[in-house]
Amino acid sequence: MDLHYTAEEEAFREEIRGFLREKLPPELAAKVRGGKRLTKADHERWHAILSEAGYLAVNWPAAYGGTGWSPVQRHIFDEETAAAGAPAILAFGVNMVAPVLMKFGTQAQKDYYLPRILDGSDWWCQGYSEPGAGSDLAGLKTRAERDGDHYVVNGQKTWTTLGQHANMIFCLVRTDPEAKKQEGISFLLIDMTTPGITVRPIVTLDGGREVNEVFFDDVRVPVENLVGEENKGWSCAKYLLTHERTGIAGIGQAKAALQHLKSVAGSQLKGGRPLSEDSTFARRIARVEIDLMALEMTNLRVIAEAQSGSAPGAESSLLKIKGSVLRQEITDLLRRSVGPYALPFLSELMDAETNQAPVGPAEAAPLAAEYFNRRKLSIYGGSNEIQKTIVAKAILGL
Amino acid sequence: MRFTLSQEQAMLRDTVARLVRERFSFEARLKTLESAAGFDREVWREFAELGLLGAPFGEDVGGFGGGGIELMTVMQELGRGLLLEPYLASVVLAGSLIERLGTPAQRAAYLEPMIAGETLLAFAHGEPDSRYTLEQVTTRAVATEGGWRLDGQKSVVLGGGEANALVISARTTGASDEEAGISLFLLPSDAKGLSLRAYPTIDGLRAAELELDGVVVPAEALLGDPDEAFPAIEETVARGIVALCGEAVGAMETCCDMTLDYLKQRKQFGVAIGSFQVLQHRMVDLRGELEQARSMAILAAGRLEAERDERERAVSAAKNLIGRAGRTIAEESIQLHGGIGMTWEYALPHFAKRLVMIDHLLGDEDHHLERFVMLERAAAAGPALSAVS
Repeated sequence: MDLHYTAEEEAFREEIRGFLREKLPPELAAKVRGGKRLTKADHERWHAILSEAGYLAVNWPAAYGGTGWSPVQRHIFDEETAAAGAPAILAFGVNMVAPVLMKFGTQAQKDYYLPRILDGSDWWCQGYSEPGAGSDLAGLKTRAERDGDHYVVNGQKTWTTLGQHANMIFCLVRTDPEAKKQEGISFLLIDMTTPGITVRPIVTLDGGREVNEVFFDDVRVPVENLVGEENKGWSCAKYLLTHERTGIAGIGQAKAALQHLKSVAGSQLKGGRPLSEDSTFARRIARVEIDLMALEMTNLRVIAEAQSGSAPGAESSLLKIKGSVLRQEITDLLRRSVGPYALPFLSELMDAETNQAPVGPAEAAPLAAEYFNRRKLSIYGGSNEIQKTIVAKAILGL
Repeated sequence: MRFTLSQEQAMLRDTVARLVRERFSFEARLKTLESAAGFDREVWREFAELGLLGAPFGEDVGGFGGGGIELMTVMQELGRGLLLEPYLASVVLAGSLIERLGTPAQRAAYLEPMIAGETLLAFAHGEPDSRYTLEQVTTRAVATEGGWRLDGQKSVVLGGGEANALVISARTTGASDEEAGISLFLLPSDAKGLSLRAYPTIDGLRAAELELDGVVVPAEALLGDPDEAFPAIEETVARGIVALCGEAVGAMETCCDMTLDYLKQRKQFGVAIGSFQVLQHRMVDLRGELEQARSMAILAAGRLEAERDERERAVSAAKNLIGRAGRTIAEESIQLHGGIGMTWEYALPHFAKRLVMIDHLLGDEDHHLERFVMLERAAAAGPALSAVS
């Protein structure tokens, strides 16, 4: 056993740090650190910077214009970008639809879509969940019926993250209503500007506008937008759920959040002393930090396995469960750390450009909203209960 | 970064695993529990023959020069079989102190016979009021002509009743809670003025209360320099914690294996109870706890040779997390077994008891959480530490 990074890996870390020092715009990092809302332009700007440096497609093989990095390199990249306050890379295009296209797409689909993901021409969103198909995803009802060279799509998708910015959506649709649940599903790429598509925002409990409903009313989609075989879309969906999920624990983001927590707790006073020196609060932080040390080691063990060639399967479910709960715990402590100043809720203070004076400490403004927003971590991408059922079946054989 | 064992380490693991398979049946355990010594001297002889009693020590005393990973690996396998032998007390704690501080004569007189399996040692440090605080020592050692006189009490000394000789801590200068001023002494168990009350512990081991009433030892009984034993005690306890973490992970593996088997076999309402989702999810939670505990055992073992701050931070973090995980796995594996998990005749509860009691040795989860906070505060000025550097 050896718990040290190699000299090459350390050099790689330095390379990433150098890149971030030089290329990450300070005002963008300040927004991320301050918990401010990112605009479409913010995301596009960071995306373009990464793309220009060749650091956008961290999961792609070099042949497709990706980095070709090892799992350890990807972990280092995640850790360094999160520590520097860089916006998270939006997964829908580069990490979700792209691997599916590489595995199941036609040459024409790869040639057309992959470069457009890299250069930012397309903003992808995900059309999986429906009002009646959440954890039971295969229960989806959105219909696609063949009509000549087109599919005609009717139905509704929901929880579509940042769909308001997207020009493309990848959808699971039902092409054979007679077949068994999983067997009549197809994977379809749909242009969001096609007539018949309506996007409606869902305001979340924190006042955020991240997710949407997407309605399809006789939407005509060319048949060449089918990925893989008709009625074999479930294979694409499953592939996506297990593909390269070594980063799913969110260790880099958790570490950055813990640093932020320590800094906020260090500037808040309790009885005239920093809150970080209060024995009860200090122990709460310490406990989370110890759990994070353990989870980082667990994640590195999975990464080392992946590095030696074995694909992580249901282990990523364990990482997702532990990582989501831990990150939620940190937002809970951040909310507590500002005491009564968690209460004021002034939406404009969560935007970077505002003339409003903060109420109480400036860093307090987004903390309660973030705490409520992060409840999503244990719900999306397969709820933690679904993950446990996966582990029970795949690892424990129950 | 590599999490696989080297070839030598894997051989060591396989050797211990074979011994555990052959010797540590549950029936044998029940019999040994009733025996006078409370452990199997035959097994101890095999430990000696296989070189396990010297394994953690340097090559000059016949050890493999093993570090934390070797220690963790040996203890993990022994933990899977729930050892009764005083490996922690005699080898890891007392043995390490003599190896570290002993003169050649002291090593020859005490360490080598222990490694050969001829004698047993114990480390008498805790006192009735010290709880888990290592620097809290009130037992006094006063210099006399040609030696020292020791007075005081030592409590819950693991393996104290069976030991032929003791490494005992005493205050030679300073206040009762100062790190400076603590010294270590070697004395035979039959020393005049030493009275000893041995008893069984709830997890099947043996311990003893010691009373020292004017025990006189010669000058050459002093182990290491006077007043300066604390750093060696702290480092040795760190080794002990790595050993306990390894043992705990082994015991957790057995608890999880047995519980999973039970869920698959036990039928109620006409089906295996493992088909019930509420039980499946609890079993998955246990598996998550086990993996987190394994990660921390590896981290502590890997940091055992590091600088003091880094070592102690990892060790306290590991002992805290493993204390929590151990309790969860112990309680849940009993609960998931139902009534059978409450019986003496079934192996599972014996593992569960050991897991809970490991938290009462060398500092519990509260102690180590508080210690972690103190270490963090002390290190706050320095650079951020990472689990892997």
